[in-house]
Amino acid sequence: MGQALIRAAQWTSAKGGSGGKLEFTKLNEELLNSIIQFVDGFSAKYPEETKLVFKKPLTWQTTVSPDAINLPGLEDRGGDKISEAKADKDVPLFSLKRDGSDFECSCMTMEYCEQVLRASGDKKMIELRACLEANRDPVANMLGERFATVEGDDNSIFRFIEEITKEIEQLAKQHAENEGNTEKQEEIEEKKLILKMRLILLRVDQQLLNQSIAQITKDVRLTPVMVDGEVSILQELSGDDERKHVLELIDFWGDGYVFKNGCRAPPQRQLHGDIAYIEVRPFDGNMLYITANTSGYYVNKGPDNRGDMNYEREGDAYRELVTLLKDKSAHFAEMIDKQEFHLKVQEKDDYMDARKVEEDEEDKESTAGYRPERTKQKTEEDSKDKGQKQKTQKKKRLEPSLKWKALGMEEYQEPDTRVEQKKLKKKKASPRMKSKTPIDAEDTFSESSTESEEEEEAVERRSETNADLPSEYWQIQKLVKYLKGGNQTATIIALCSMRDFNLAQETCQLAIRDVGGLEVLINLLDTEEVKCKIGSLKILKEISRNTQIRRAIADLGGLQTMVKILRDPDKDLKCLAAETIANVAKFRRARRTVRQHGGIRKLVGLLDCPIVSATNPEADKDAEVARSGALALWSCSKSKKNKEAMRKAGAIPLLAKLLKSPNENMLIPVVGTLQECASEPSYRLAIRTEGMIEDLVKNLKSQTDELQMHCASAIFKCAEEKETRDLVRQYGGLDPLVSLLQKTDNKELLEAATGAIWKCAISPENVTRFQELRAIEQLVGLLNDQPEEVLVNVVGGLGELAKDPPNRLLIRKAGGIPPLVNLLTGTNQALLVNVTRAVGQCAEEQDNMAIIDKLDGVRLLWSLLKNQNPDVQASAAWAICPCIENAKDAGEMVRSFVGGLELIVSLLKSEHREVLASVCAAIANIAKDEENLAVITDHGVVPMLARLTNTYAWKGSKFQSKVDDKLRRHLAEAIARCCNWGNNRTAFGREGAVAPLVKYLRSQDENVHRSTARALYQLSKNPENCITMHEAGVVQPLMKMVGSQDEDLQEASAGCIGNIRRLALANEKARYS
Amino acid sequence: MPSKAKPVYKGGERMKFIEMLHHKSHFSKTEVERLLQMLKQQCPNSPKIRMDRNKFNDFVHKNFEMTDEMIVDRVFRAFDEDNDGFINELEWVKGLSIFLRGTMEEKTKFCFDVYDMNADGYISREEMFHLLKNSILKPATEEDPDEGIKDLVEITLKKFDYDHDTRVSFEDWTKCVKEDSLLLEALGPCLPNLKTRNAFLELVSDAQHDTGMSISAQQKMKGKVTY
Repeated sequence: MGQALIRAAQWTSAKGGSGGKLEFTKLNEELLNSIIQFVDGFSAKYPEETKLVFKKPLTWQTTVSPDAINLPGLEDRGGDKISEAKADKDVPLFSLKRDGSDFECSCMTMEYCEQVLRASGDKKMIELRACLEANRDPVANMLGERFATVEGDDNSIFRFIEEITKEIEQLAKQHAENEGNTEKQEEIEEKKLILKMRLILLRVDQQLLNQSIAQITKDVRLTPVMVDGEVSILQELSGDDERKHVLELIDFWGDGYVFKNGCRAPPQRQLHGDIAYIEVRPFDGNMLYITANTSGYYVNKGPDNRGDMNYEREGDAYRELVTLLKDKSAHFAEMIDKQEFHLKVQEKDDYMDARKVEEDEEDKESTAGYRPERTKQKTEEDSKDKGQKQKTQKKKRLEPSLKWKALGMEEYQEPDTRVEQKKLKKKKASPRMKSKTPIDAEDTFSESSTESEEEEEAVERRSETNADLPSEYWQIQKLVKYLKGGNQTATIIALCSMRDFNLAQETCQLAIRDVGGLEVLINLLDTEEVKCKIGSLKILKEISRNTQIRRAIADLGGLQTMVKILRDPDKDLKCLAAETIANVAKFRRARRTVRQHGGIRKLVGLLDCPIVSATNPEADKDAEVARSGALALWSCSKSKKNKEAMRKAGAIPLLAKLLKSPNENMLIPVVGTLQECASEPSYRLAIRTEGMIEDLVKNLKSQTDELQMHCASAIFKCAEEKETRDLVRQYGGLDPLVSLLQKTDNKELLEAATGAIWKCAISPENVTRFQELRAIEQLVGLLNDQPEEVLVNVVGGLGELAKDPPNRLLIRKAGGIPPLVNLLTGTNQALLVNVTRAVGQCAEEQDNMAIIDKLDGVRLLWSLLKNQNPDVQASAAWAICPCIENAKDAGEMVRSFVGGLELIVSLLKSEHREVLASVCAAIANIAKDEENLAVITDHGVVPMLARLTNTYAWKGSKFQSKVDDKLRRHLAEAIARCCNWGNNRTAFGREGAVAPLVKYLRSQDENVHRSTARALYQLSKNPENCITMHEAGVVQPLMKMVGSQDEDLQEASAGCIGNIRRLALANEKARYS
Repeated sequence: MPSKAKPVYKGGERMKFIEMLHHKSHFSKTEVERLLQMLKQQCPNSPKIRMDRNKFNDFVHKNFEMTDEMIVDRVFRAFDEDNDGFINELEWVKGLSIFLRGTMEEKTKFCFDVYDMNADGYISREEMFHLLKNSILKPATEEDPDEGIKDLVEITLKKFDYDHDTRVSFEDWTKCVKEDSLLLEALGPCLPNLKTRNAFLELVSDAQHDTGMSISAQQKMKGKVTY
């Protein structure tokens, strides 16, 4: 209590010896309120302490009249009230005496204090204020001078505790000697009480202090810089599109003049603390005029007709503009929560370079529609640039408030939601920062999926206290001292000596950073001294293997300098710089920095070296340069945008040339880069057309595991395309791939090789070759104890191979089915998709099905329908189809799954077409069994199917996709099968499934025709449906289909027409008879 | 500057001399002639064609930006093989040969000779101290400025002294420089840097003369085209 009152409470300066008064401020009010709360109810909480007699009474002028206080034990003495209980001699515990016109109150226990407060009614605050003003240190009064509040360290309480314990010990001793020393005991009891009281008061004190801190922090004042920051950020988020922007418009109100101090408000208003006026047009509501005052943002009454601002405040003041707007505009609040901010703080010196890059990027991304608008923007911006105003804008942009910065940092975390964000940012119409925004925004998610989170999580591990630093630390510190303070000679000696340390060791790496060596090393790169640069880069190259060092180098701007060095005539220097970049660019931001400073083009330039077989030192140097360039590009190529930039810079033909090199050291980074880039279709095409497949295949036979792995991985990615698969076969690549399966201890190699086999097996010709090479047996052998990454590819390969019937037999013979079924219990989604597919393929064979059934595979498949991932669901449903077809007693098996039928019907609510198609196919199979058909009818399969016919109705040939056709085919099939129960035919008619089905006949796909005709035939057995069909114009297309080559289709169409005709005949008969 | 060097004597003796120089250096005969011409221009009034210490100082300062007097003095001594205080024609050509086109071995030897002040075949701790004493630009204020240099000398010694005899022998030196070519001029720059070297070579070398001609010819051509 004491500390809080002295430090936190705001006292007026003492005047005329009367002592200070408590100021009437919000803070004081809060404090007083808390104290009132504390006093009120004290006696209830602490019944003993409340009776504790104060050392000195608390005395103050009160407004409470004696009549108001009526307590037992109070004596009325001529208008004064005095308690009967006395502290000692004749000092009463409580007295209320008239003193002139006022009364003087004096209390000696908390009990009475509480009573007085209670009696004062609604004047509690005044009473307490008077009390505290009269007793500046109430604690001293209550508990004695020893507890008086002092500045600094207050250890009175500890001394007190010591005293008490000592006395208690003494007492205990005495107690043993002679009985009864009650007086002493009482004294101790009292002291204990005082101690308790003190502790209570201390707690209150602390509470009060905390409270006042909370108050004070709320009281942060605005500055012009902060206002500019907030407004400019919001400007970037505002625009015309209601769905994408938070505000329609936000700008400063007024003539745009900025005073020297940063304020925009007129000087006479600056006296009132106004900084600027902001006009905001939200999407929902009128124009808001907001005053940015030093005390916060608040809405004012806006300009009147003559354009003069009415400065009067309306409503509360807010600390942040965003909070205010959130309150005023619901749309803003909603959007601002949705927006993910990735406004990057652009470094100042980056600006020029960034602009250059930006031009490139614009060239690249401009589509026909965009171009004119963009260029206009640019010229606008350029002209603006000349003006000083622009400059100030830029500067301000560099200082968004901390909160926004923090938000900006989070940009890496959710790449998937970014796509939407991207469009949003692109179309941003806010005029000022526009040119910059698109790059920033796009960079964020330019990074491709191939990027792992390799080091985003790099944890900062600070070195411990100085005490246990290794001796290297001090030695390195000394060397760094010479680096800093020495001339070239000393620098080189220090650099060379530093390399004598084990730079691969983390202690040394971090020591260099911690003593500030990184800065010096990077600064050296900017000097003219080639030797210093070489020495520095040699160290940087080594220590940049450490993730923390990488980040530090990027933070210190080392990448920019190194990119510049790539143009240096000295080849050693180029090599080292590229190798260091290769090490540093292992995380996203660094890769982006390299690109934005034109590093990609320079690196690609390094690749250009003549391949000469003769070994002369000069050619070796060139090759070394190319190798290091490839190494750096390999690191950089993990970002999608960089791949694009590399392609633009003409990397592909150069890589193709280098791929012919006989040198494995060269090949590894080259192939590594290629396989990294092969995730892009453009590269896949180029790899094929530039004839690189042949070289890749050739290198599959290399002796180096790493090279083999990258080659296989490149083939894995490229073999998505049929032509590539054929090329791999033609160049004899399948044989080495299969032979790689022997290397079971190198998991990465195995992963790449099995992946390549998987993709290659998509082509039937390759399957034949694989058969000859006995790939199936080897793949099945890999099904046991391999990591999931390998298993995904192995199982994928088996799934593709099993499309060829003899292979299904081979899989069974090799004992592949039990492990496959076993894998159905896994959790890896990619693996599950592949496993279900493979199991489904195997189930096409009766004998295989028997094994699957015995292993309870169908139940496992069925349970995968509950998986979260739609791909898994669809794949499982597809796999179920052949199972039902080929299982013995399939109907019984299906029924045995409790809730299985209900589950599969409920999947018809899915929104994924592939899932729907697969489930329809499964339902068509299930419906072959009458009992099951009855069950699914009960589960409402008919209306759901009918609804789907409408949802995926035929919408004219433009909008057709293969997926839709697939869905329609199976949907019609399911309807055809479901007609066979009860009054389902009528039900389909009633649910309006007939007319849309008729339109399916217009599809291009024969399969759709067949199943639709079948469905129509079934439906036409109901006369009502015949009428609907006829009205929908079914006859003409059906007539065409009667002439089809497909017998099924012929039969179904003819049957349908027959039914319609029969109905017509019966009708006529009825009419005339 | 001599664009066309004329031999001083037409006599066969002169030719033989040049031939000898050509074999002892990395220069062609015409280059040797140009170098000799250059030396002659440096000392116009003296009866003998030789260069004294001051002239040499001026020469390396002007052409190779070498200013450290102590080092330049040492370089002069390394050039001056016969220790007569002058650089004669033979020493001139041989010295510049190392300076401009020297192999790594030659340079290693040259640098060692420069640093080995008393020519006893070892670089001692004292010599190192002498060479490095100007290498720390801003010694910490509170400590003895020599302290830092002593420290640096210890570091250097540790780096070079393979056989732990507290001095650097030529073997130590060669080994170290071979391992890390950056250490070639570890105790102070005593060879021309790339820029000045190339600039100087342009004055004397054959190839540069040819290409120089062709470039100017090209420029003329271009001028014609544009006009």
